[in-house]
Amino acid sequence: MAYDYEKSIRPGKLPHIWCPGCGHGIVMKGLIRAMDTCELDRKNTAIVSGIGCASRLPGYLDACTLHTAHGRAAAFATGVKMAKPQMNVICVGGDGDGTAIGGNHFIHACRRNIDMTYVLMNNYIYGMTGGQFSPCTPTGDLASTTPYGNPDPIFDISKLAIGAGATFVARTTAAHPREIDKLIVKGIQHKGMAIIEVIDDCPTTYGRRNKFRSVIDMMKRLKTEAVSVKAAAKMTAEQLEGKFLTGVLFQDTEKPEYTVQYANVIKKAQGA
Amino acid sequence: MAKKVALLQGNEACAQGALYAGCKFFGGYPITPSTEVAEVLSVELPKVGGKFIQMEDEIAAMASVIGASLTGAKAITATSGPGVSLKQELIGYACIAEVPCVIINVMRGGPSTGMPTGPGQSDVMQAMWGTHGDHAAIALVPDSCQEIFSETVRAFNLAEKYRMPVQVLYDEIVGHMRERIEFPEPGELEVIDREAPSVSPEDYKPYDSTKGQVPPLAAFGSDYKYHVTGLNKADDGFPTTKASLVDAEERRQIDKVMDNIADIESYEEYLTEDADVVIWAYGSTSRSARYAVNELRKEGIKAGLFRPITLWPFPAKRTAELAEQAKAIVVAEMNLGQMVLEVERVAKGNCVVVHEGRVDGDPLNPGQIMDKVKEVL
Amino acid sequence: MSARLEIIERNCKGCSICVEFCPKDVLEMDVFLVTAPRPEDCIKCMQCELLCPDFAIKVHDE
Ligand SMILES: Cc1ncc(C[n+]2csc(CCOP(=O)(O)OP(=O)(O)O)c2C)c(N)n1
Ligand code: SF4
Ligand code: SF4
Ligand code: SF4
Ligand SMILES: [Mg+2]
Repeated sequence: MAYDYEKSIRPGKLPHIWCPGCGHGIVMKGLIRAMDTCELDRKNTAIVSGIGCASRLPGYLDACTLHTAHGRAAAFATGVKMAKPQMNVICVGGDGDGTAIGGNHFIHACRRNIDMTYVLMNNYIYGMTGGQFSPCTPTGDLASTTPYGNPDPIFDISKLAIGAGATFVARTTAAHPREIDKLIVKGIQHKGMAIIEVIDDCPTTYGRRNKFRSVIDMMKRLKTEAVSVKAAAKMTAEQLEGKFLTGVLFQDTEKPEYTVQYANVIKKAQGA
Repeated sequence: MAKKVALLQGNEACAQGALYAGCKFFGGYPITPSTEVAEVLSVELPKVGGKFIQMEDEIAAMASVIGASLTGAKAITATSGPGVSLKQELIGYACIAEVPCVIINVMRGGPSTGMPTGPGQSDVMQAMWGTHGDHAAIALVPDSCQEIFSETVRAFNLAEKYRMPVQVLYDEIVGHMRERIEFPEPGELEVIDREAPSVSPEDYKPYDSTKGQVPPLAAFGSDYKYHVTGLNKADDGFPTTKASLVDAEERRQIDKVMDNIADIESYEEYLTEDADVVIWAYGSTSRSARYAVNELRKEGIKAGLFRPITLWPFPAKRTAELAEQAKAIVVAEMNLGQMVLEVERVAKGNCVVVHEGRVDGDPLNPGQIMDKVKEVL
Repeated sequence: MSARLEIIERNCKGCSICVEFCPKDVLEMDVFLVTAPRPEDCIKCMQCELLCPDFAIKVHDE
């Protein structure tokens, strides 16, 4: 019944630093369940993040954890995976971290199709620094630096990942906890770059400014805006207005994985 | 048995030095005049089971090097001024997280794109003060292809021993110059490997300095699970804002270098014993300076050469002694006045300190240095 | 088998997510802390435990 999360969490680290209702905690639980399902040996698992509220996640987990600099998680993780391909490598981080300052590393890690699982917590905002707009803040929304409404168009992270060459791309939300671990498990099992975008909530810096009275409103929004790929297939364009798709959005099992490609380079160099 | 000799470019010698030191990872991004380091390592690393990766930019290159190093691999990157600027945030990360790595900076002029194919020595202050925050730095400045080989080996040794980034700076002239170099036999040059933790995984704290100023670093993917962060941290690696811990950790990271200057320091002196004027020069400029010393001696001027090989930490003690002995120190460098500021600082007015530099893409020539010496005497 | 709802008070931040998404109205907010006044109604759907961001509520078999 009750899930034993504690065995995966470093002693004395709870309560965590996230605000009441912050979705990052829900994602962390999903990640723990997924790592358990995949029976990942934590000694052989690197969890790498950048900077941001979401990026504080690795510090709680009992594994080889690497909290790097803002935006650079995918690049650090690439070094870890290249140097020790036998390690399981998981990246976690926020929308700002992964797609603004770290956007270049993100797309190139996707392009290489290096075997890692990247759980990107998209709360539509720079939470840690107090709610400035991110590349994922919806146009028109309010942020501390868009006092007249956000003039910027957004990134669709999942589309970006597919376009850049990731071979497993999935999306879910913090309001769909069972799907979080289900998709992360698939991502871990997938040999190649797996992106799992989890739309979550930042009640403190985004919700407050944007019509949401409470975190409950934000969670309800996630439930109503999310439409599974299956359900969407039976819906009209009109019905899909204002919704986003969840589930496995893309998978390609043909594209070679990067460390396997490099193992071939080694064979060639050694004249085998 | 006769030693293996080869005619190598400085950049090739650097790559060979890295291999001699046991380097297993290169992460880089191409930039003139450093690119040959990457090219040679792209050929050679996979032969020894190492990894070469060309990343999307220099920031990513630096990140990949730190990531690889945490798995236990000796790791290197090579770039030039603009690339080093991009790496600076993560060089600071390697300082505070104490991750060994080697950064090669084949210097050209600047700022910005400057003169990509011309030599310069304008990044020497950046090597010390480029990243933000308080930190120690180690920077080595070889002056020949042979020395690029051996100093690259020493850079790895110092990086592994002191658990920090070490920079090797040489300019485009030495980087692209071909010289005969002798390959040292295995074992001939000291090669230092990372100290493994002596405690069990349960008791391991990545920054526990009770047994020495440099705590052993466990490899990711061995039996040790631990946390690495760029935040100020306690000895267990987890973030802290406790004033006493933050202060102690920051100071230890500087002390581990400054208390061991005797081990890290390296310089060469030429005819300084009785010198009235000391030419203080490093890297390729020291070659012109040596020539100038010989010519000046022929003219009866007692000139000598002080050539730092370890530029940072700054050779303060010996420079101060020379300032007491000599009438003047002429700091010759291919910039508009950088290390001269340090020399002035430690000379404390005990002798005249003057600067001779140029930044027009031509090397400092002996005549120019000789003129300066005569002017000041 | 009835459920025992364990509330880890030092972790609970009082966000009320568990209360709102419990289909059986088992839970209640007591100012900033969650309480479980009606455990007998619990159908062990696990929503509260899954959605709690703070590792603060656990559903045990009794
Ligand atoms: C080089 C650098 N620039 C800026 C910052 C400031 N900064 C810290 S976190 C952050 C945004 C984080 O947003 P996101 O990745 O979406 O994570 P969230 O806090 O929303 O979970 C910024 C801009 C920094 N730490 N480093
Ligand atoms: S500021 Fe937002 S993202 Fe950060 S912990 Fe609070 S709710 Fe979460
Ligand atoms: S398990 Fe379901 S029914 Fe029981 S308290 Fe939790 S949410 Fe309510
Ligand atoms: S969801 Fe968790 S933190 Fe929020 S009120 Fe319920 S028990 Fe407390
Ligand atoms: Mg965010």
